Amino acid sequence: MSIAITTQFICFTILSLVVIIGALGVVLLESIVYSAFLLGGVFMSVAGLYLLLNASFVAAAQVLVYVGAVNVLIIFAIMLVNKKEDLKPINDIKSRRVISTSICLTLLSLLIRVDLTNVWSLSSPQNSIGEESTIRIGEHLFSDYLLPFEVASVLLLMAMIGAIVLARRDVMSKDISTGLPVDQELIEKSSEPLLTNKN
Amino acid sequence: MEYGLDLEYSFNEFLKGFGLSSEIAHIIWLPLPMLLVLVAAVVGVLVTVWLERKISAAAQQRIGPEYAGALGVLQPIADGLKLLVKEDIIPAKADGILFTAGPILVLVPVILSWLIVPFGQNLLISNVGIGIFLWIALSSIQPIGLLMSGYASNNKYSLLGGLRAAAQSISYEIPLALSVLAIVLMTNSLSTVDIVNQQSGAGILSWNIWRQPVGFIVFWICALAECERLPFDLPEAEEELVAGYQTEYAGMKFALFYLGSYINLILSALLVSILYLGGWGFPIPVELIAKFLNLPINAPFIQVFTASIGIVMTVLKAYLLVFIAILLRWTTPRVRIDQLLDLGWKFLLPISLANLLITAGLKLAFPQFFGG
Repeated sequence: MSIAITTQFICFTILSLVVIIGALGVVLLESIVYSAFLLGGVFMSVAGLYLLLNASFVAAAQVLVYVGAVNVLIIFAIMLVNKKEDLKPINDIKSRRVISTSICLTLLSLLIRVDLTNVWSLSSPQNSIGEESTIRIGEHLFSDYLLPFEVASVLLLMAMIGAIVLARRDVMSKDISTGLPVDQELIEKSSEPLLTNKN
Repeated sequence: MEYGLDLEYSFNEFLKGFGLSSEIAHIIWLPLPMLLVLVAAVVGVLVTVWLERKISAAAQQRIGPEYAGALGVLQPIADGLKLLVKEDIIPAKADGILFTAGPILVLVPVILSWLIVPFGQNLLISNVGIGIFLWIALSSIQPIGLLMSGYASNNKYSLLGGLRAAAQSISYEIPLALSVLAIVLMTNSLSTVDIVNQQSGAGILSWNIWRQPVGFIVFWICALAECERLPFDLPEAEEELVAGYQTEYAGMKFALFYLGSYINLILSALLVSILYLGGWGFPIPVELIAKFLNLPINAPFIQVFTASIGIVMTVLKAYLLVFIAILLRWTTPRVRIDQLLDLGWKFLLPISLANLLITAGLKLAFPQFFGG
């Protein structure tokens, strides 16, 4: 075994262990903050796996989008509402756990079956393009994948507008969830001059 | 354009002369440039700390450090030694693991980004194809470390500082990436070496700063904001937040933050000089000088000469920008958090988007000037 292949094997082992153990930690740990940080570690290791597969652009995009944007926003949201809250005990927790475990195991067995039945080897190893892949991805995004790409951007825009509508209560007179009239007091309080009532 | 020193090749040939296989030679070679760049980054920090002390003193009509070595040049080393031997404290109610991991997560991506900084045609650790995109991706990891240390300190000022740092970093990443994208559009490549080569045609006249003046200013503002330098140092605003996410840190863990912020400043200055100021290029092309003096461009001493000129030019341009950053820090007041976010989202983002669009249009209209 040459040095390059050995290094690759060691890296692959470490990365997959981090992915599996980290993902288990995300699900099983009690503290939501630890789960969020572990999720970041899992995303990073997946990026490492992409790097091992010679897909450096995909790896960097994974880091930028999943670690730099998604995970940071998750942690941000957790810390903004960082309330110590005692969760209500659920009565039928045992049966719920059994059901969710069995669903997860079914999904896992499905994935394992796909892994075993699919033919993974490339037709010819010369097909790997390495650094060229950035250009190829761009070409695909602007030719045969143009419609899905644009539809995804419209979807994101819709999600963004929805989030803004939900967050800015002054555009609606009624609270969406409770139906009560909205308390307009606190909105944009900072823009009011602080010394108006001091005459 | 494949001129310049190739140290790796000569080193490998040298080792093969002793009968080593090329794989072993490669493994012996690998740590050398990494170590060299690490040392360069730390020395760069020492120089910057000294400059900061001296320039701030001059800006406030003081003398500054004077007794530690000539003109106080040993002062940063004394600072470093002090932090090294200081007791490492973890507050009793802090979260030990996250408290330790935070500073590491802040420092490591910054140092990794030095991978792509070229000091010459072959004088960089790795000419990866995704080049500048790697830096953008890596710099987006940093806020996680800041949030982590802010949370783990179990201190409301730290938490607020961490949240501010993350908000600031997220908002300024977007105009930063968009202004880099305009450069990439002109170069047709993400590689930093290609970006410098694209500017090397006519010396100072072909630098990107003339073709991308708006992008240059947007990038510089965003780089300052990403480094959390004044006027954008809200995450550690002393008057409001004690020291932000650094409040509870002491000793070497604090030193990691300190190192991280200064290495980041030097890195940003280097990247501005690479993207907009011609990188290692001399204001007058070296080939022209060689032709004028009737010297062959491939002669060994000319190559050593161009390589050293390249390193000197890169460092000189970077330190000129560091000087401007220090001067800005000691002469401008801090912005408020709402002003900061307004500037990022309502001003810089539309401007950089328009800049990208106009660059694309100009590239179609004048392919010979804006990259075909």
